[in-house]
Amino acid sequence: MKKLLGILLTSSLALTACSSGGDDDTTATAGAASCAPSSGPVTLSFTSWIPNIEEVVKVWNAKNPNIQVKVQTGPNGNGGTYQNFFNQLKAGNAPDLGQVEYDALPSFRVQDGLTNLAGCKPVTDAKDQFIDWTWNQVSFGEKDAVYGVPQDSGPMALFYRKDLFEKNNIPVPATWEEYAAAAVKVKAAGGSITNFSQSDINQFAGLAWQAGGHWFSNDGSKWTVNFQDEATTKVANYWQDLVSKKLVSTVPPWTTEWDSAYNKGQAWTWVSAVWGANSISSGAPDTAGKWAVAPMPQWTTGGKVAGNWGGSSTAVFKGSKHPYEASQFAIWLNTSEEALTLLNEKANLYPATKTGGSLAALSKGVDFYGGQKIYDIFAQAATEVTPDFTWGPTMTSTYATASDGFKAAVSGSGTLADALKKAQTSTIDNLKSQSIPVAE
Amino acid sequence: MKSKSAAMAIMGICTLYFLVPIWWLVVGATKSRSDFGNTAPLWFADVSLGQNLGELFRYRDGVFLRWMLNSVLYTGGAALLGTILAAMCGYALAKYRFPGREAIFNVVLGGVLVPATALALPLFLIFSQLNATNTFWSVFLPSLVNPFGVYLARIYATASVPEELLEAARLDGSGEVRTFFTVSTKLMFPALVTIFLFHFVAVWNNFLLPLIMLGNERLFPVTLGLYTWNSQVNQLPELRMLVLTGALVSIVPLVVAFLLLQRFWRSGLGSGAVK
Repeated sequence: MKKLLGILLTSSLALTACSSGGDDDTTATAGAASCAPSSGPVTLSFTSWIPNIEEVVKVWNAKNPNIQVKVQTGPNGNGGTYQNFFNQLKAGNAPDLGQVEYDALPSFRVQDGLTNLAGCKPVTDAKDQFIDWTWNQVSFGEKDAVYGVPQDSGPMALFYRKDLFEKNNIPVPATWEEYAAAAVKVKAAGGSITNFSQSDINQFAGLAWQAGGHWFSNDGSKWTVNFQDEATTKVANYWQDLVSKKLVSTVPPWTTEWDSAYNKGQAWTWVSAVWGANSISSGAPDTAGKWAVAPMPQWTTGGKVAGNWGGSSTAVFKGSKHPYEASQFAIWLNTSEEALTLLNEKANLYPATKTGGSLAALSKGVDFYGGQKIYDIFAQAATEVTPDFTWGPTMTSTYATASDGFKAAVSGSGTLADALKKAQTSTIDNLKSQSIPVAE
Repeated sequence: MKSKSAAMAIMGICTLYFLVPIWWLVVGATKSRSDFGNTAPLWFADVSLGQNLGELFRYRDGVFLRWMLNSVLYTGGAALLGTILAAMCGYALAKYRFPGREAIFNVVLGGVLVPATALALPLFLIFSQLNATNTFWSVFLPSLVNPFGVYLARIYATASVPEELLEAARLDGSGEVRTFFTVSTKLMFPALVTIFLFHFVAVWNNFLLPLIMLGNERLFPVTLGLYTWNSQVNQLPELRMLVLTGALVSIVPLVVAFLLLQRFWRSGLGSGAVK
């Protein structure tokens, strides 16, 4: 049956590919697309799965009668919306704008699904408003290339149970070495210092990112894949050690089991992104007032480097007839104070702009964290994220292989380093099978 | 005696296996968000079902109710119309002799083998050509097709509608269409209920088609809507309870449909099997 399905799918694709091939060529241009304002009123379509995005767009529509934006929605990217984007690109009816996470942007880039906005004045004018590393996420470090407007970011820090650390006289770890030492003491006090995310590879990616790992790079023609550089190996061995010594728990993330480990005080810290503040407060409501946030532990004493976990961009798809207006909207959505405030209020997005961290909503003390102004820590972390981390074009399958390996390592067969090695091999195979050039 | 109790034990285990998730859902939907993570998953804590329902129905201007309505329209409408179409088609294949009859029947039979999932993407590309994606019709029209229903209707019409009766109706001056609706459908009724239920469940469960076709939230069926919310739980954890409560509410129409129609369904299945 599967085979039949495959044949049916490919044959129908082949048919449409033939029929629609003609008009694709006319719109494809090398480098930055021309980006001139349209005359007359324009209607743009925008697909995003941000909860309550309609309410933000309503504000724009009220102010811009000539550029009306229509919102379409769906499940999150990997839940189906990315596949829909690819289908729509194939059918030639992709929306003008779409939400694409940083780690998915390269896959749209290699399939030639994005409009290069480097020629769009609204975008180039706004470049300086964005934190440098977020800009890097959408330009891939290429010159004259902007494949989306950074929307939100996930700078990382250390959430910890202030009350338990104080009660047990454990100093808040500032380095990873201290963190490992604290783990032993926490274990002695009957808890686990944290829960190692066995299936969500993004957390590990954020940790490797902080340590200076470079998983992918692209010299313009070929991709280099390396999950075994010195930094990544260091991080993998570090966590492998904690896992082997059973100093960390290994409950699957994003489950009620996991929430309850935090709620019952079994897990004492979480190295997570800014949006994690909300995960803890809603997953572990009984611990209100007992948490605090400190900067991410460092690899060198006195260092100031953070990792990033998550974040997305607003991209303009290939075939959009109004890239200028689309980029105007994207810039408003991701830089204006009113939009950023609404996005933060309605969907907990953390801005990717330099001034975003000082929004009124992000300058207040948070009761759940004992009144601490936790967002100050994240605003600082956002400026300390290593700038040149690049994602690859096949992250979905990379995550899948790596998470299989991580799960195995956690249950005692193999190590995290083995899992990364396997993930690298399979990623390279995957790239090759899609005829994406790989440097060996 | 021994084998009987063994059989009962196996049946009991199977029943438990199928019912525990539903029980979990019923219990889960009655809990408040903090109780959900912190109390025994298979037993009640403080019952806050009313509050959960209120929140569910109010969230985003009652979009959930809209989804329920959509689902009923998509599935109920498509199952009703689809059943009539399948019945007419199967009846014609059973009772009229015309060239190409077997060929048509074989093509329909072949259609049974093609899963709806495989058709979703080609349908999307066709509807794209017509600029008709993201509309009610892009989900409704493809849902009308039910080759298995045609197959069942033909088998059943052959078995349950006697030629003599049709002859008699013709002699009395009844037209073919009138005969079909007044005489034949009555005889085929148990089969029609079976077809209706099968079709209803198939459309209800066809998740991929609306996922691919629709971008407008107001057009979503409830399955897609809940899936969308569930995919946003990491971002907005308060959605989790809405998804749970919504899942419970969303199975109610299915349960009702089955309870009301199961009497007919059983007789339909049974008679089809023997003949």
